[in-house]
Amino acid sequence: MAQTAVADSDTGPSLKELARSHGLTKAGRLPSLPEYTRHLWSYRHFIAAFANAKVNASLGSTKLGVVWQLLTPLINAGVYYLIFGVLINTKQDVDNFIAYLCAGVFIFGFTQSVVQAGSQSITSNIAMIRALHFPRASLPIAVSLVEVRNMIASMIVLIAIVLLTGEPITLQWLLLLPALLLQTIFNTGLALFVARLISKITDIRQLIPYILRIWMYGSAVLYPVTFFAERIHGWQLALVESNPMLIYIELVRHALMENVELATSAPLLWLQAAIWTALVGFGGYVYFWRGEKGYGRG
Amino acid sequence: MADQREPTVIADNAHIVYRIYGSVAPGANTPLASLKRIVTGKKSAAVREVHAVKGVSFIAYRGEAIGLIGTNGSGKSTLLRAIAGLLPVERGGGIYAAGQPSLLGVNAALMNDLSGERNVELGCLAMGMTPAQVKEQAPGIIEFSGINDRGDFSSLPMKTYSSGMSARLRFSIAAAKKHDVLLIDEALATGDAKFRKRSEQRVRDLRKEAGTVFLVSHSEQSIRDTCERSIWLESGVIRADGPTDDVLKEYETYVNK
Repeated sequence: MAQTAVADSDTGPSLKELARSHGLTKAGRLPSLPEYTRHLWSYRHFIAAFANAKVNASLGSTKLGVVWQLLTPLINAGVYYLIFGVLINTKQDVDNFIAYLCAGVFIFGFTQSVVQAGSQSITSNIAMIRALHFPRASLPIAVSLVEVRNMIASMIVLIAIVLLTGEPITLQWLLLLPALLLQTIFNTGLALFVARLISKITDIRQLIPYILRIWMYGSAVLYPVTFFAERIHGWQLALVESNPMLIYIELVRHALMENVELATSAPLLWLQAAIWTALVGFGGYVYFWRGEKGYGRG
Repeated sequence: MADQREPTVIADNAHIVYRIYGSVAPGANTPLASLKRIVTGKKSAAVREVHAVKGVSFIAYRGEAIGLIGTNGSGKSTLLRAIAGLLPVERGGGIYAAGQPSLLGVNAALMNDLSGERNVELGCLAMGMTPAQVKEQAPGIIEFSGINDRGDFSSLPMKTYSSGMSARLRFSIAAAKKHDVLLIDEALATGDAKFRKRSEQRVRDLRKEAGTVFLVSHSEQSIRDTCERSIWLESGVIRADGPTDDVLKEYETYVNK
């Protein structure tokens, strides 16, 4: 043991000063929220490229390729129509049940797939996280972008279904855009939230399918929203009707269809949707940012 | 003596502890034991702590290439990951670094379903390059990796590559950017002799571009060829730090004992 460390412990306190005087930063320091946001913005090309890569990788091995983006929502709607529209008659007194059902299935499916993919966005890219330095929020955000692409495809299908079932084109259709925008921000916040949660507590991944299923039944996807008011009252009804997915679905149905019965008035729905979007979008982002330095561990 | 040189990495009495989940002793993960833990609020026995680096201090300067040697499990890779900011320093002063150190390891996987070209693009963007820079650098990266030497492999998915080929591509991507601090963990070991020579040249070039390179390797030859300074780490403690030849001599007598 000839030489030990060049810098021995007797120079200990000066090492910190030396680091500071040369402008070195502490490894593993958490950047401030504005700093992190700017950093994330400078990685926007990476986020887009990663989202594109994910779509190509998932469709690359299929023969039909992009056609699946249109086929998947169609098949999905067909299956639900067969079960709930034909076999179990949950139509009740909805005029245009096919369009009503499809709006619910597609809008809920949008959030559902963001949650499913978002929950794996950290854990399945751990090797990349350990190798390269990019703001980790890029991954859940890219997941959300991928699903926006799928959502646009399913909206094309939905609009075709709505038109074929005899709904007129009205000015109200323009409301579809802000509704989807709000939902997209909500979804991104949710993706960020589950990404961190599941990278910390992997056990929760086992529960996600059940949580999503309960959530779907509580969102009036498969039956009219009036179903709840007929069965539950008071705080229980208030709880179900404050469900953000129910609100987003209602907004889309309201935008595209005539004579739909809403849970509450449309302005109130918009207000609730805006609150949910701000809460989950910002909250999810902050929650994810707080854990930024821990994602490569484990 | 060191004052006129510019430090790029400073470790100040750094202790690194990492936690391993799921390595359970038999009998500790029965439903009954789990229930007991939940009721009593005790920490899971499945979490074990490993004190991998115990109070390491050193200063690395601009333009240096430093070899990290030591027997398996001596804490070399852990130290690199802490320098890169991927593992937190548990206690002690901490580790300070210029810019953002980049860790280049053998398991630095990109997306295996995508072609080599797309991976180059993605990797460069992930390192913070602009799309224009990527376009400019991509052909050079593919050429350096040599994956196109036997036909057009760069347009095939990476899952079809041999392990040596994908390691070469990963190294080429990481080496394409100027890093203030580049940390290389056994990454040069997988390529063939021809590529090894080329990549060692690249490491020397990177150093000339005024960066600092850390190299973990079990190949004494590649340490000798690229690093003039070495740090010998044993059980998380620095045993020696100095000119490579001296340190390697000491290390050899220790290993052959």
